[in-house]
Amino acid sequence: SPKMQGVAASVSESLGNIRPWLQKVTTQAKTTDSKYFTTTRKGEIFELKAELNSERKDKRKEAVKKVIASMTVGKDVSTLFPDVVNCMQADNLELKKLVYLYLMNYAKTQPDKAIMAVNTFVRDCEDPNPLIRALAVRTIGCIRVDEITAYLCDPLRKCLKDEDPYVRKTAAVCVAKLHDIDPLLVEEQGFLDALKELLADSNPMVVANAVAAITEISDSAQTDTAADMLCWSGQLINKLLTALNECTEWGQVFILDAVANYTPTENNEAQNMIERVSPRLAHANAAVVLSAVKVIMKLLEMLDPNSDFVVSTIKKLSAPLVTLLSSEPEIQYVALRNINLIVQKRPDILKQELKVFFVKYNDPIYVKLEKLDILIRLTSAANIANVLAELKEYATEVDVDFVRKAVRAIGRCAIKVESAAERCVSTLLDLIQTKVNYVVQEAIVVIKDIFRKYPNKYESVIGTLCENLDTLDEPEARASMIWIIGEYAERIDNADELLESFLEGFADEQTAVQLQLLTSVVKLFLKRPTDTQELVQQALSLATQEADNPDLRDRGYIYWRLLSTDPAAAKQVVLAEKPLISEETDLLEPNLLDELICHIGSLASVYHKPPAAFVDGRGGGQVAKATKGLPSRLAAEAGGAAAAAAGAGGGDFGAGTGAPGRPAVSVIPTQESLIGDLLDIDMSGGATAAAAMAAASASTNQQPVDLLGEGLDSLLGGPAPSATSPVPPSGASAAAGGSGADSLADIFGGLGGGVGGGLGGGGGFDPPMETWLPAQKGKGLQIEGRFLRRGPQLSMELRLRNNAMQQLNGFAVQFNKNSFGLAPAQPLAMNPLAPQQSVTTLLPLNTKGPVQKMDPLLTLQVAVKNNIDIFYFACLIPMYALFTEEGDMDKRVFLSTWKDIPPENETQFNLGSYAHDADTASTMLRSFNVFTIAKRSVESTDMLYQCVKLTNGILVLAELKIVPQTNAYTLSLKSRHVEIYPGVHEAYLAVLKG
Amino acid sequence: MIGGLFVYNHKGEVLISRVYRDDIGRNAVDAFRVNVIHARQQVRSPVTNIAHTSFFHIKRSNIWICAAAKKNVNAALVFQFLYKMVEVMGNYFGKINEDNIKNNFVLIYELLDEIMDYGYPQNTDTGILKTYITQQGIKSQTKEETTKITNQVTGQIAWRREGIKYRRNELFLDVIESVNLLMSPQGQVLSAHVSGRVQMKSFLSGMPECKFGINDKIVVDSKRQEPGATSGGGNLGGGGKAGHIAIDDCQFHQCVKLSKFDTEHAISFIPPDGEFELMRYRTTKDISLPFRVIPLVREIGRTKMEVKVVVKSNFKPSLLAQKVEVRIPTPLNTSGVQVICMKGKARYKASDNAIVWKIKRMGGMKEWQLSAEIDMLSATDKAKKWTRPPISMNFEVPFAPSGFKVRYLKVFESKLNYSDHDVIKWVRYIGKSGLYETRC
Repeated sequence: SPKMQGVAASVSESLGNIRPWLQKVTTQAKTTDSKYFTTTRKGEIFELKAELNSERKDKRKEAVKKVIASMTVGKDVSTLFPDVVNCMQADNLELKKLVYLYLMNYAKTQPDKAIMAVNTFVRDCEDPNPLIRALAVRTIGCIRVDEITAYLCDPLRKCLKDEDPYVRKTAAVCVAKLHDIDPLLVEEQGFLDALKELLADSNPMVVANAVAAITEISDSAQTDTAADMLCWSGQLINKLLTALNECTEWGQVFILDAVANYTPTENNEAQNMIERVSPRLAHANAAVVLSAVKVIMKLLEMLDPNSDFVVSTIKKLSAPLVTLLSSEPEIQYVALRNINLIVQKRPDILKQELKVFFVKYNDPIYVKLEKLDILIRLTSAANIANVLAELKEYATEVDVDFVRKAVRAIGRCAIKVESAAERCVSTLLDLIQTKVNYVVQEAIVVIKDIFRKYPNKYESVIGTLCENLDTLDEPEARASMIWIIGEYAERIDNADELLESFLEGFADEQTAVQLQLLTSVVKLFLKRPTDTQELVQQALSLATQEADNPDLRDRGYIYWRLLSTDPAAAKQVVLAEKPLISEETDLLEPNLLDELICHIGSLASVYHKPPAAFVDGRGGGQVAKATKGLPSRLAAEAGGAAAAAAGAGGGDFGAGTGAPGRPAVSVIPTQESLIGDLLDIDMSGGATAAAAMAAASASTNQQPVDLLGEGLDSLLGGPAPSATSPVPPSGASAAAGGSGADSLADIFGGLGGGVGGGLGGGGGFDPPMETWLPAQKGKGLQIEGRFLRRGPQLSMELRLRNNAMQQLNGFAVQFNKNSFGLAPAQPLAMNPLAPQQSVTTLLPLNTKGPVQKMDPLLTLQVAVKNNIDIFYFACLIPMYALFTEEGDMDKRVFLSTWKDIPPENETQFNLGSYAHDADTASTMLRSFNVFTIAKRSVESTDMLYQCVKLTNGILVLAELKIVPQTNAYTLSLKSRHVEIYPGVHEAYLAVLKG
Repeated sequence: MIGGLFVYNHKGEVLISRVYRDDIGRNAVDAFRVNVIHARQQVRSPVTNIAHTSFFHIKRSNIWICAAAKKNVNAALVFQFLYKMVEVMGNYFGKINEDNIKNNFVLIYELLDEIMDYGYPQNTDTGILKTYITQQGIKSQTKEETTKITNQVTGQIAWRREGIKYRRNELFLDVIESVNLLMSPQGQVLSAHVSGRVQMKSFLSGMPECKFGINDKIVVDSKRQEPGATSGGGNLGGGGKAGHIAIDDCQFHQCVKLSKFDTEHAISFIPPDGEFELMRYRTTKDISLPFRVIPLVREIGRTKMEVKVVVKSNFKPSLLAQKVEVRIPTPLNTSGVQVICMKGKARYKASDNAIVWKIKRMGGMKEWQLSAEIDMLSATDKAKKWTRPPISMNFEVPFAPSGFKVRYLKVFESKLNYSDHDVIKWVRYIGKSGLYETRC
């Protein structure tokens, strides 16, 4: 081919350069082979042909060497095939090997001629010298010519039973070679059984190679029989673990990798396997260590996470992982990529080892970047000072990527460790002062996130940020800056000028910046409508009339429509409070993480991608295609939700709610997807706002659809039947459904969810009134009351009855300090109360009052004053009244929160039996702001993972287990504040009893 | 598994190309050259995926050694194998460079055929390989001989052949530690660890069983519990009365019986013949840092800088450190340097952007100083900010900074008539600098 010639030419050209030197060498030393690289003359093929057919043995050998050298540099020497094959019968082993090497390369291109070699192969397979027998069987498997393959079977069968282990171990691998050429032939000829027999061989290397071959064959098995035949049994695993001690380092890796594919059936077995594998952690070969870690990580999933055994095993893993970091840099890199996974799965393992991830000045850049990633993952309030000092140091290094990552990491620290936020922000400001362009831009991107995490806290730095406006040339930084301007437009005097200046170059901006610019201008308009009308019109017309991007146009139309129909609604949508962002960054999806844990040490763990993402489909078998997953804890062990939520459950979560495939907005996305996220920010904000708004309007019996009613049709110049038709998803997941890809649908989704939620909130049951102040104590005034929640509003409903003989007036109410800071949101509005008259009034409450922990926790002491006296009474706040509407969270946040809370905080309650199924229960609880985050079913037992957020921000995570036959409900609660459990328990009982 | 192995020179020309699997074609050889060796940017990862093929590479001087694979291979194994391959080649023909590779290409192909089959690493022990890959041709060998070879290659003790005889049974143990330190300018230890290895050279007859004893806390403790001695002996407190150290982690040569170490904390093994690395270990606690560097950098205006560096040796006065070298980085725009030092020789090396201060020998508990004035060219400061790299140190001291001690090494060979007492044993401790850096 012309390409080949090109390569050959370039090679020969460069070889020409070393020729003079080579000539010198060849005259000096007899044994050097480099002279063979010099055959570049014209007619050399012809000469070689002659030499290959020479009478003299040494000449022939020289010629073959020249041929191999030419082959190496990419020259086509296939025309010499018959001549080289002629040399095959030589009794010189070295020459034989070279000829075989040639054959492997060219047999495929010359199948008819390759047949000539068959007889020699077959004869060599019977040679008295085992080295030659092995060489023959090793080579013949690499010759992928059908005609030859047929001849291979008999010799291979003999070699598999050869008396010499060297031949057997080579034959074992040959079965895998043959399987790759013709899988059915291997099955028909019974080679799989022969291979299985080799697993019991007395020689460890034969066993190891047989394991390797079987693993490969079962990975690509085409038929069920093959897959079944090669299924590992516990007994076999046991044998292999015994053989482990005697194998070479490579053999140990083959065996450990095979063992990792086996899932034991009993806990004892898993524990026993861990015990037998863990000595490998002290092996000098990093591959052995990592494969052992893989096996152990997988088996740990099956065991009780609180058992001593698991705790001590986890402890054992840490040191070997750290040791890998003193290996060569390439191994360090592989180790770091794996540690990144392991730390996500089990954050405790390397908690104490922060310092080993400090970057060394001379580390290769790929090691530095990986270390930095892990450093951030291990950062906590306890070590933040050390980390921050390091990051500061890194931010002054030379490598741009590394510096950027370090700057970003400082921001991440601020978000992760609240107590250090201030220090981090001031460090970032220092860095901005350096005026190094990429540092400034990176800092601005990350400060945007800090603003979102701590609203109204660090806005004083906006001035400094604005000074650097002109230097921003990266879209992400520009978009971030524009977001900041829009978000804080009321505090930036010249926000309109700034945005206007961006708007001038609107057409040249990237989509992410355009979208952000549009939103920010609208925000500005809503905040300062008087002087920015022109600006907003300009922005809207740019977006709707001049932009080609459909997302941009759609968003423009929506804003336009919103602003023109109902500016108040627009305000609620665009300026809505945003959901908090999560602390953890760049977390892998739990089910992907679980899959990757099963691939520790392999390429998948290096790429952080499942094998299917980078391996050609061609090699994948039809049978064993299923992705790997971690085993779950055995049913007998199901003591709590911890294991389910922490590990095995991960995979099921995704399926549980059928949530959209894209991650929810609340997790800070990876660097690459950040631009996409900017798209999302406002849309999701809008969605929640819309939900809130819809809820409000629903409770006042208005039609929420109004907002997008016929007005939209006229705007778009046609009927839009789809506008109102989407069926709202269940309220639970709607708010989290924000996906930038289809933002229009999102708004509807959000709205629909809001409607459902709002109506649900109104439809909950109301508790009966309780008598709080009997008439005899109240000098004739009797007070009954209850707590109600309507949407976001918590109120106290009071029925006052005048049993006295005179008119009562001058009512006022006051609350004592209480655990949740409840206080009347407004004064008690009461007209004078005539004798025997009773009046019911609603007292709206807020939680801005002074806080003092009460005992019992939910006690509320109330003072009521009237013209007679002041009366005191105490009542109990029902816990559910304190459940806020912000309890919904992302599944991953739920998962990580669950893991963060120490297991000793978990408490279980038996709730008794109820007729409702899981979905009904979920709906009922939802109306009390108990949000179902995920649902899964294990052996027909339904598990609901729920979350409640109290008015004071305390999170309570719950696992509700429902056994369908008995309808027995079991509740496990997890929160950092165990005092509230009784209240939550009560609340569940109250709700479920209806 | 591995689909192919390629060796390139610095220009990207192929020196060795051995394809093991059908899924790796000739174009893979070119893909790596074009995308990695000839890539404009510096290599950002040792693993590169090009068109569904993954390339793993390491570099030795100017030589690129690359493994290509199509499947989801064990990445750690691939790199370990590449290191091993380099080691084997080194053992056969010395330094890895273009000339040596070209001169030995037939041998290399023979080795590659032997140490890897269908992408699976086979026996890679040089000692064993040398018994049958000799480049001499072995057709003449007798049946007994070949059987012996094949048994060794595949055997349980694949690292030692039988029938070794020495007139004098002798062994050498070198404890070689490298001390790694990162210190803040204020003298705070940011991180420090010792990575040590025990290098053994054995000339022992037969198949001797060895037992190796060290002063690791765990090992010592478990030993002490056996005879029921009073408890509390292995107390914490670092180099307590018995001088036990806390080894964070250790790794052993494949000859050491790991399961025995795990259960009994005993290090027992049948050693390979000749030199090998018996164990590797790592400690982080109670390291006695042999040197302390105290930097003082003062920038006087834009074109002048004053540097003062004090080096303190912190070990017994009777001991001597050797090959002490302090490297003080200088800005890229340095135009001239005046150095004064009390001891040793100091020189500004423009090519390294550093002042190199060499001290041949330095006793313990000494304190020496260097001061330098650095002149810089101005005007370029805006273009490239100079970030002060840390001051680094090199040295060699005749003790183990971790406190590691060899307690015993006993040799048992039941079949031959020599006992532990007849074996001549030598132990030596060397402490070297690893990355020994002080920020300034």
